This record gives sequence, C-alpha cells and structure tokens, in this order.
Amino acid sequence: MPATNRIFPDSFLLGPSQVTSYRHGNRLVPVDMSLSIRKFRTYAAVLALIICIGMNTAGIVWADVQVTHPVTGEELRESQTFTYRMLDEAPTLDPQLNQDSEGFDILRDLFEGLLNQDSHGHLVPGVAERYTASDGNRRFTFHLRKTAKWSNGDPVTSEDFVYAWRRAVDPEVASDYAWYVELAGIQNAGAIQTGNMPIESLGVKAVDMYTLEVDLERPVPYFPEMTTYATFFPVHRPTIEKHDIAWTRPENMVSNGAYILSEHVPNEYHSRTRNPLYWDNANTIIEKVTGLVINDENQALTRYFANEVDRTGIPAGQYPNLKTQYPDQAISMPSLCTYYFIFNLSDSGHPSLQDRRVRTALSYAFDRDIIIDNLLKGGQEPAYGFTHPATAGFDPQKTDYAQLDQVERDRIARELITEAGYGPENPLNLSLIYNTSESHKKIATVASQMWKQKLGVDINLKNFEWKTYLVRRKNQEFDLARAGWCGDYNEASTFLDVLTSSSGVNDGQFHNEEMDRLMDESRLLDDPTPNYLQAEVVLTREMPIIPVYHYTSVFMLKPDIRGWPFDNVQNNWYSRNLYRVKDTH
Amino acid sequence: MLYFILKRIAIAIPTILALIVLSFTLMHYAPGSPFTGERPLPPEILTNLEAKYGLDRPFPQQVARYVWNIVTEFDFGPSYSYKDRTVNEIIAQGFPVTLTYGSLAFIVSIMVGATLGIVAAIHRTTWLDSLTVGITVGAQVLPNFIMAPILVLVFTLWLGWLPGGGWQGGQWPYLVMPIIALSTSFMASIARITRSSMIETLNSDFILTARSKGLPFHEVVIRHALKPSMLPVISYLGPTFVGLITGSVVIDIYFSTGGIGQHFVNAAINRDYPLIMGVTILTGILTVVFNLIVDILYVWIDPRIQY
Repeated sequence: MPATNRIFPDSFLLGPSQVTSYRHGNRLVPVDMSLSIRKFRTYAAVLALIICIGMNTAGIVWADVQVTHPVTGEELRESQTFTYRMLDEAPTLDPQLNQDSEGFDILRDLFEGLLNQDSHGHLVPGVAERYTASDGNRRFTFHLRKTAKWSNGDPVTSEDFVYAWRRAVDPEVASDYAWYVELAGIQNAGAIQTGNMPIESLGVKAVDMYTLEVDLERPVPYFPEMTTYATFFPVHRPTIEKHDIAWTRPENMVSNGAYILSEHVPNEYHSRTRNPLYWDNANTIIEKVTGLVINDENQALTRYFANEVDRTGIPAGQYPNLKTQYPDQAISMPSLCTYYFIFNLSDSGHPSLQDRRVRTALSYAFDRDIIIDNLLKGGQEPAYGFTHPATAGFDPQKTDYAQLDQVERDRIARELITEAGYGPENPLNLSLIYNTSESHKKIATVASQMWKQKLGVDINLKNFEWKTYLVRRKNQEFDLARAGWCGDYNEASTFLDVLTSSSGVNDGQFHNEEMDRLMDESRLLDDPTPNYLQAEVVLTREMPIIPVYHYTSVFMLKPDIRGWPFDNVQNNWYSRNLYRVKDTH
Repeated sequence: MLYFILKRIAIAIPTILALIVLSFTLMHYAPGSPFTGERPLPPEILTNLEAKYGLDRPFPQQVARYVWNIVTEFDFGPSYSYKDRTVNEIIAQGFPVTLTYGSLAFIVSIMVGATLGIVAAIHRTTWLDSLTVGITVGAQVLPNFIMAPILVLVFTLWLGWLPGGGWQGGQWPYLVMPIIALSTSFMASIARITRSSMIETLNSDFILTARSKGLPFHEVVIRHALKPSMLPVISYLGPTFVGLITGSVVIDIYFSTGGIGQHFVNAAINRDYPLIMGVTILTGILTVVFNLIVDILYVWIDPRIQY
C-alpha cells in the first residue's frame, strides 16, 4: 500500500519567530528633532515624571508598560495567574501510571507528547514537528524538533519516548493503563504484559536521536490522536532511576512541558510555574497555575464568587440560574461522554429482555427530554445513539426513533410491549441497578415511573456502593444497569467498540455479528464513517442499550480568562494557551 | 500506678493485633478490589498489579506479611490509590494537620464548653441559664456539614475576612473556620455534661458545709465544686478526642485542609487496603492512648479511685 504523507498545514510549522514578545508602550523619541525641542521634551518628560510620582503617592498607578496579546492585541492583566478547583487529589503525577482526568489536566502542562490538541481538538505539533503514516496505517514515523528540552537542560530525544512507552507496558511497573498501549495496537504490547516477551520487543524504535518509528500490529488510523494522552508522554529516565516513586515530587521532577511543578501539598493544592526551557516559552502568557482540591462543589462555587478560584464546576441543576445571572461566566460545552442503561442479554438477565420488542419499547417510552429539562438542566443533548454527536469526524444521522415525537414513540412502545405479551394483566418485573448518587437515583426513579405509567412495567431499583455496583455489573447480576462511557480518544470507535464481542466493557453481553464485522472492517478503511453510521443503525434496531443523554461539561469561568478551548470536546485545555485580559468588555 | 500503665499497654498490644486481623478480613471480603474500575482491567494487567502488591498470595500469608512489615520496619506499605506515595508518607503528611486543628478544637471545646456549663449551673433558672442552654442545644443540632458552608458564606464571601479553605502550613486565618466547625457540637456536649454535673455537686453535703462555714460562693465553686464536677467531663474526653480526629472528614472535605480525615472515607471507597489499615490502626492506637490518659487523670483528680 502506498505511503500516505500527513504533514501539518504550513502555518503550524512557522515556529515561535512569528510572535516573540509583547509590544511595549510607545516611548520612543524621534532622533531628527531640533535641540530646543529635545530640551523641551526632556523638561516635559521630567515634569511628567514628577506628576506621575505625585499621582502614584495619591494611589493612582501609572502603567508605563502596556502589555498586549501578541495575536489578538487585547490588553493583558498584569498578574497572569490561573487558579482552578479540583474535585480530588490527582492519584499520581506519573504519566505512565495516570488514569485520571484531573491528573491528565496537570500532566498536559508539565509534559509534552509527540502531538498536542488545539482549541478544536485537532492535532498540532508537540515534540514532533511532523509525522508520516505508511504501510496502511501500520507504521508511523515521527520527526522530533531539536529545540525540545527537559527542564534540567537535557535534550528531549526519541530514546525518552521509547523508555516511557516501554515503561507503560512493563509488568513490573504494572500500570493500570497498559491496556491503552494495547488499544493503540503497538506491536507486542499484549505479549509484554503477560511476560511472554521482553519489554525491548515493543514496536517502538529510536531510528536516530530525533526520529521515532512505531510499528503496529494492526492498522490504527487514529494512532496519532492517541499520542496526545499522558500514557504516551516522554519521561526523564535518570530522574526516575534516581528517585523511584518519589520522582514526581516538586524537588525531584524533571519535565518537558510548558510548566514545571513548583509546589505540591497532597489533598490541598499544587502549583505549576512557567518552564523557561520550554521550546515555545516565548508564546506562553500565564505565569502560574494553581489547582486547589475542593471536594464539595457548592463550597467551590462559593469560593469562586469570593474570587479564590477562577474556574469551578457547576453543581447539578444550577446551570440555568447561573446562566441568567452570569451569562458571560456560566458555560456549557459538549463533553465526550454518553449516559445509558444496559440491558442484560446474558442468561442471567430477565428472559423477556431477549425479545427485541421489549427492549425497544423500554427505550422508546423513555422520555429523555424530561430528564434533561427537569433534572439535569445543563444543556445536555438527548441521546438516541451511542456515539457522542460532537465526536470528531462523526456526522451523526438522526436515528429513526429520534425523528418521532414522544407521543408517537409512546404509542409504538405500547404496541410493542403488548405484542411481546406483557401488559397490565401480565406485568413485567425488572431490576435496575445504579451506583449510589443523588442524580443517578433521580434519573432511575423517573425512568421507573415512566415505564410503570406507560407500559405497566414494574422496576425494582437497587443502588450499590461504587465498587459493589461495578462487580455486579461485570458479573451480569442485573436486568438493567446504569452506565456512562467517555471517549478515550476523539473518534467514534471509542464508543462503538464498547458494544462489540471482543470488548472488555460489554457488560450486557451484546453479541452481534454485523456489529463486530462493521467495527473490524472500519480499522482498514480510509474513511470509516459509513461503517460507524451503519453500526449506529444496528444499535437502533437491536437496542442493546438505552442511550439517555450526551454529557456536557458545565462550569464557571472568570470573564477575563481567554483562550479556553470551548470547541475541544475532550476538554483538553493547555494553560499555555490561556491568558487574562485587563478589560472584560 | 506504673504497674497499672504497663498492664494496660500489655493489653493494648493484642487488642491492636486483633483489630488488624479483623479489619484486614472485613476488607478482604468486601466486594470489589482496589483495581475494580468502570473499565475492567485485562487479566494480564490485573495479574501484574496483584503480583506487585502481593495480593496473589494466600490470605493468611498477606496478613502475616503485613503485620511483619509493621513490626519490623514500621512499614505500612504502598498506597494503591495514591501511586506516588506510601501510607507512611500520607499519614506523616496528613496527621500533623489533623492533629493541629483537632487539638485546638479540643481545647476550644473544653474551655468554652466547661465555662458555659459552669455559668449555666451557677445561674440556674435565670435567663443566663436559659440562654446558655439555648446556645448549646442550637450548637448540638447544627451538624458541621451545615455549619461549614454557612461559615464560608459569611466570613469568606460576605465579609471577606477569612480564606474559604486551604491550610498553608497552619497559618491562623486558615485555622479559624475549621476549628469553629469542628468544635461546636463537642463544646455543646461538654457544656451540658458540666452543667448537670455542677448542679449535682452544688447540691451535695460538703458544698453546703463549705457554704455554711461562710465561704463566699465563687470560692466554693472554684475550690470545692470544680474538681469533682469535672469527673464526668473527663470520662467524656477520651472518646471526644478520637471523635475529633475521625470526625475531621467533614472538615477536610469542606475546608480542603489536607488532613487524614478524608482518607477514612475515600480509602474505603477506593478499597485502598494499606491506607484503610493505616488509618484504622492509627485510630486504634489513639483510642487506647487517650483512654489510658483519661484513667490516669481520674486518679489524679479523685484520689479515692485506685487501680
């Protein structure tokens, strides 16, 4: 198969020379002026200085340096800091061990992988200036920039990536996220984890200091997208070998991102400050980023209004009010997750669930709008398919039942349930499990009422503590189970693969040949979208799950903070793209 | 006395050991494991993780190894949920924080609570008594998870006097609200106990004798009534202190103080076995130590008590 070259648009390769420093105030004196005028100018300047000193003492600050944003020209605030609320302490700051989204927020600033995401979630160069795909998406070659440095001055080389990636699958390191390397299809990733192959056999090779070659076991067209995740970030070998698990402490850590870890008090806060050795440091504006751990979301919101944090999540149900009061601060943006109910299609599930008509009736009778408009109130989108419609390259087609109105869906649902032989005289009795949480409880309660009223189905609600719920779900000890799935990378297969036979998360045991074939085939195609759309059609027909809603991320953001990537559905923000303006209007 | 202390310590050791074995067993049989997640781990990763943490060994061997590491090296093991830290480090970092605001809250509860109780008892059936009883009942029914948000709303958002959370090495502006929130209900309990005990003492014969000698009332209270009426309060202090430490979970959650309180809940939810064990053993030791201190105080206050 001919090699396909994928090179970034020219504009990405211009480098830092484009914009180097902030414009300073106009303080130049023309040289061709006559002496007398110059003298006068000098007197005037001295006079002005005296006046200004006087004003200063009177409490008026004379800004002699006006700083503006290099691209937009907006006037920047003097103090360029950003403080945000974290729900919990990040479990680790080791990129290969990380599996947490808040940990990833920090790691994106401290480390830089081959590629980054821009404000739309599209790929832009990171440590790699460009890459090529060959052998039918089985081999990727990355060309690293020579200006990338570690925070101790060492150059970032392809060997650093090889070391990091081997670490991710090393059985001794035992990373929970080793599966991610396997998902990316890198040669021998699976065999190394089982201890059947040495870690050196991993399909990643340093051709020279600045060329990295990756060999995959199968075609993975979205491999470059996957390199933006922390598992594939480089790490500094001498630091890890010297300090072992303590290498992530501020006093030990050596990193290659736009920021370095300057302080860290677990469960209280951490801060990161600009890395002067970062290759694109000239374009970084925010000086210091602080993450405060505030477990309680209402408490965090109060502290947001007290100006102690610049960003915090909005507690469930409060979005509409806050949006009315603070239209420029309350934000709702799509987030790459889908909420759904799983039908247990295995033998341990209720026998009626084997009947496609029963599953369809329950899905049709479920009024998603009520959940969104009356319970969640965060601008979520009703789900009639599994893939989040904001997924990159996925152009969602309205599934057939999405186009009906609820009255029509209810009518069909009643017909189907009667056809299947259930009704008031032969009521269906199902159990629904969810993990203990106020909002899951509300959704499950409303769902059970809808099914009771519309179809006469009795639902037995059971809530379990998180881990117990997971075990029951995995062992198919339920009829219906609440679930949520978030995309691991920005591509439709991250959702649709869940419902294939080879998936490890197919807790409802849905096995469908057409679905499996469509997804297997999609990996070999240049444009897999038709397969994805067909897979959604299969799901609509077979209804192995009830899609409920597509998530949004709702949060408050101070109005002087600019550069937030509102169009990045994975909410991957990089502090070096943020800045604070002086005037919020 | 020394014999008594030694005997108590000798009993404490098997008690703690029993606590370890019991907690370890309960934990082991709780559904799920530290590595159960929404995305189930592939078996090979699970095997590697279990091997790394020694969870692949037979259960009795795990318990024995755990106890052995504590006894020989004082090593409580790695944390499963905070992968960059050991349990020793987590406790070493969080416990001083909790101990600081816990002790201060303890002192505040005793001082304020005892004073309120004495004032109420002396001025029994006056408006002062009713006011004190009113305050204590109010303080007792107001749980700290309601109190904490109110405090932040008033002192941080409205008045702007205090930071809404954090610890910053224990600077006093960061201490005020956690101490108020933590001490209120204990203060109320101490006030109630002191009041009833003081009323009882004031009605006893030796007080009547003292008064009939012509001693001024305040002197009677300070010299004769105070000590005996503190006995029930002291028996309450041991559990109180341990309660302050374990009850600090709410403080950590609402004020981001970074103490160990939060681990009591989170470690259990995460099935972080070594961390659960670490905080459980810590609580066990605290309980034993404080009960011992209380018993010693008893002897000191009431010479009639002998061990």
